[in-house]
Amino acid sequence: MKITVKVWRQTGPEAPGKLVSYQLDDVSPDMSFLEMLDVLNENLATSGEEPIAFDSDCREGICGMCGLMINGSAHGPLRTTTCQLHMRSFSDGETITIEPWRAEPFKVLRDLIVDRGAFDRIISAGGFVSVNTGSAPEAHSTLVPKVNADRAFDTAACIGCGACVAACPNAAAMLFLGAKVTHLGELPQGQPERDSRVVKMLNQHDHEGFGGCTNVGACADACPKEIPLDVISQLNQDLRRAMVKGY
Amino acid sequence: MTDDLIDGLYREGAPIRDTKAPSGPIEQRWSKRQFEAKLVNPANRRKLSVIVVGTGLAGGAAAATLGEQGYQVSAFCYQDSPRRAHSIAAQGGMNAAKNYKGDGDSVYRLFYDTVKGGDYRARESNVYRLAEVSSNIIDQCVAQGVPFAREYGGLLDNRSFGGVQVSRTFYARGQTGQQLLIGAYQALQRQVAEGTVTMYSRHEMLELIVVDGRARGIIVRDMVSGEVETHLADAVVLATGGYGNVFFLSTNAMGCNVTATWRAHRKGAYFGNPCFTQIHPTCIPVAGEHQSKLTLMSESLRNDGRIWVPKKAEDRNKDPRQIPEEDRDYYLERIYPAFGNLVPRDIASRAAKYQCDAGKGVGPGGLGVYLDFSEVIGRVGRDTVSARYGNLFDMYKQITGEDPYEVPMRIYPAVHYTMGGLWVDYDLQSSIPGLFVAGEANFSDHGANRLGASALMQGLSDGYFVLPNTIRDYLASGPYPAVDESAPEVVEAKKSVTSRIEQFLNSKGTRTVDSYHRELGHIMWEYCGMSRNREGLLTAVDRIRTLRKEYWSNVKVLGENEQINQSLERAGRVADFLELGELMCIDALHRRESCGGHFREESQTEDGEAERRDEEFAYAAAWEWGGEDSSPVLHKEDLVYEFIELKQRSYK
Ligand SMILES: Cc1cc2nc3c(=O)[nH]c(=O)nc-3n(C[C@H](O)[C@H](O)[C@H](O)COP(=O)(O)OP(=O)(O)OC[C@H]3O[C@@H](n4cnc5c(N)ncnc54)[C@H](O)[C@@H]3O)c2cc1C
Ligand code: SF4
Ligand code: FES
Repeated sequence: MKITVKVWRQTGPEAPGKLVSYQLDDVSPDMSFLEMLDVLNENLATSGEEPIAFDSDCREGICGMCGLMINGSAHGPLRTTTCQLHMRSFSDGETITIEPWRAEPFKVLRDLIVDRGAFDRIISAGGFVSVNTGSAPEAHSTLVPKVNADRAFDTAACIGCGACVAACPNAAAMLFLGAKVTHLGELPQGQPERDSRVVKMLNQHDHEGFGGCTNVGACADACPKEIPLDVISQLNQDLRRAMVKGY
Repeated sequence: MTDDLIDGLYREGAPIRDTKAPSGPIEQRWSKRQFEAKLVNPANRRKLSVIVVGTGLAGGAAAATLGEQGYQVSAFCYQDSPRRAHSIAAQGGMNAAKNYKGDGDSVYRLFYDTVKGGDYRARESNVYRLAEVSSNIIDQCVAQGVPFAREYGGLLDNRSFGGVQVSRTFYARGQTGQQLLIGAYQALQRQVAEGTVTMYSRHEMLELIVVDGRARGIIVRDMVSGEVETHLADAVVLATGGYGNVFFLSTNAMGCNVTATWRAHRKGAYFGNPCFTQIHPTCIPVAGEHQSKLTLMSESLRNDGRIWVPKKAEDRNKDPRQIPEEDRDYYLERIYPAFGNLVPRDIASRAAKYQCDAGKGVGPGGLGVYLDFSEVIGRVGRDTVSARYGNLFDMYKQITGEDPYEVPMRIYPAVHYTMGGLWVDYDLQSSIPGLFVAGEANFSDHGANRLGASALMQGLSDGYFVLPNTIRDYLASGPYPAVDESAPEVVEAKKSVTSRIEQFLNSKGTRTVDSYHRELGHIMWEYCGMSRNREGLLTAVDRIRTLRKEYWSNVKVLGENEQINQSLERAGRVADFLELGELMCIDALHRRESCGGHFREESQTEDGEAERRDEEFAYAAAWEWGGEDSSPVLHKEDLVYEFIELKQRSYK
């Protein structure tokens, strides 16, 4: 396959950026999208041009490190992570535009790499159960109904990639937040801090500069882990409950 | 048997006699050690600082726990968030001796299975402790909100894994590593909020600082600004994962590296059993030269899939569905009738290699064997198979473009885990006082072969339960004299890092870093992979040396230091892999026996099975760095089996 890519190039956080076009003449449909970029980078390096910086690590769709806007969609045309996308999803002769996540709180660091540190700070604000090592009771002392355990799992599957934010016209991180609030809220272990958790995490979310949710639903459509949109209703419900209790 | 050539490649030093494990009944040793380890007064803890490099299961758990206890912790990782460490990729599950199924499991049985699975090349005391602590791990993780699979009654579910006869594996669908890591990550972020842990993401450790014989800090590069920083502390923990990427292609993440442990090795930390590598039989085969990594397909597939190759080499390019039953060779079922497709990982991997070497491999390059589900689909129906393996089938289809419901999967072995790592004593302390090593980065608990679902257990055991207890003994034995940035050892460490960076950026070479890495990977896979022999290993040593020399004069790294520079990051990692690769080959050369994942062609039984040689090789090999131009020094630690009797493994 012959492919043209238009890639966002930006040398540093404060530098201006622009789209630059590159040609690839020999792309195999079995290559992953990131392998296509690897090949392009080898070509660039050999010809003395600096390679394109982009994030990836596991390349198995689980670590959440990769994430590109491909032709305007977060993670590209399929509902998967960028690293699990293959070139057979594109056609011969196609031009593909590749940009970094665009959102106020995700500053571009270089080319396609952004800073997602805000997500860690949101978790630090309350996305945990306060239990020190060694103080846990015997695991079978609390039963958890399978339905709750399963829903906890479904929402705990979030990989923190940031596609939801990139896809959202308001750059809200409500799907990410809702996923964590629901994961811990479904489990007995998460109950004691349930009210304070949602309030603290939401405060941090707003403080980081993420936008408000206007129920567009673009986040859930972009989410590679299929986090359901109703986690946001769960979040709002938990929030109302906490407010009533005076948190 | 003396062997001049090999002797020229290494020297032998004093044996290691004391690993600090307490003596006495095995079930009392860990309690005894915890009791004897000195305590640190809570008020003094915040004056003591610990550096933890790595935030996977081992490092994340250690940093969080030490933070909870009140020490001043600095934690480092190369990814943009501690949540992304490669522990996240573990699919299958984690063992623990809870005996929730009442099927006869016990701490002793888990201990026994792990020692046997490791082909009798691990320490009894360490493995027993691992089995003992395993059940605390489950309690801790459940309390953190880890959503393990449950039964309808609300109890935790277990499955059997990796050919063992009890169900002791805890799992969270196919994403156990992810869920355990998120648990540790959340505990860590809680400590970040408390102010006990300072987190440095996108920071890569490039050197260890040793002052007066003790580990006192690290040099890191801020991967965003390029700044080379010094961090000092009272003790240093390395939990930096495995080095499987020395093979270029592996199931490891792109950034997995040996740099942290290799730098420590060069500063005096012994490297234990570097050649012990686990090669996993069920991975998706290489599709072409562009391949950047290999993807594991869970071992559970072997429960129902049947492995075969065409009997006739000329059939290898045929559509497998057109090959009649009588022309297929279900070679595992044929050779190992008792275990069939469920033989241990090392045996399944080698058998696949032999079939491909005999010209019967299928798919691109003839490097693949079929894993066929047609029989089970016919027997239990497509829906049942989909309920069991649906997500794996989808993943396979996404990567290869082929539908395993219709056509047999193609699989091939790939490098997956490294049992070797920095040598540590019972306290997880390396041969440099004050330097502790946890998780896959150390060599401790798996001997020559790791059982499925036991690496997650080890990482969390080391991080949550072992290290916090042993490190306090070290800290309580202080105070150690204050060190500041002007100490000559610190200045020297920093200078060595900056000059290496400059050397890369100034070298006006012609070849990219990746091209060298790929070439090294080919050498390692060819000569130090699934099957090894003397001649091949000698060739490998030679070729690695030549390649390394060329690397330093001809590698090309563009850009500057003061920005994100991924070529520069890789250049440093590959430089260290080029040194490690040689040591792995020397280790493999000197161990003239087959054990676990290490198969020496010269040491096999009449019917081609691995033959251990206990009289000569029942020891752990701890290698000391010999210096830039001298050979490494071997220290032997004899493995003494007081409780378990050594036997040859047999699966026929
Ligand atoms: C695909 C796959 C599936 C697996 N499945 C299972 C399974 O089902 N069950 C099981 O028990 N085991 C499994 N394993 C093995 C197990 O997952 C790993 O051995 C274990 O998770 C390693 O944990 P760790 O904490 O030691 O290292 P890692 O999780 O790899 O963490 C390493 C950390 O060190 C940091 N780091 C590394 N180098 C540097 C440096 N130079 N500077 C700064 N930071 C650095 C990284 O950023 C990271 O935070 C699997 C492994 C793989 C690859
Ligand atoms: S909710 Fe989905 S899109 Fe958002 S960070 Fe999590 S996995 Fe990514
Ligand atoms: S690189 Fe890990 S999810 Fe894509």
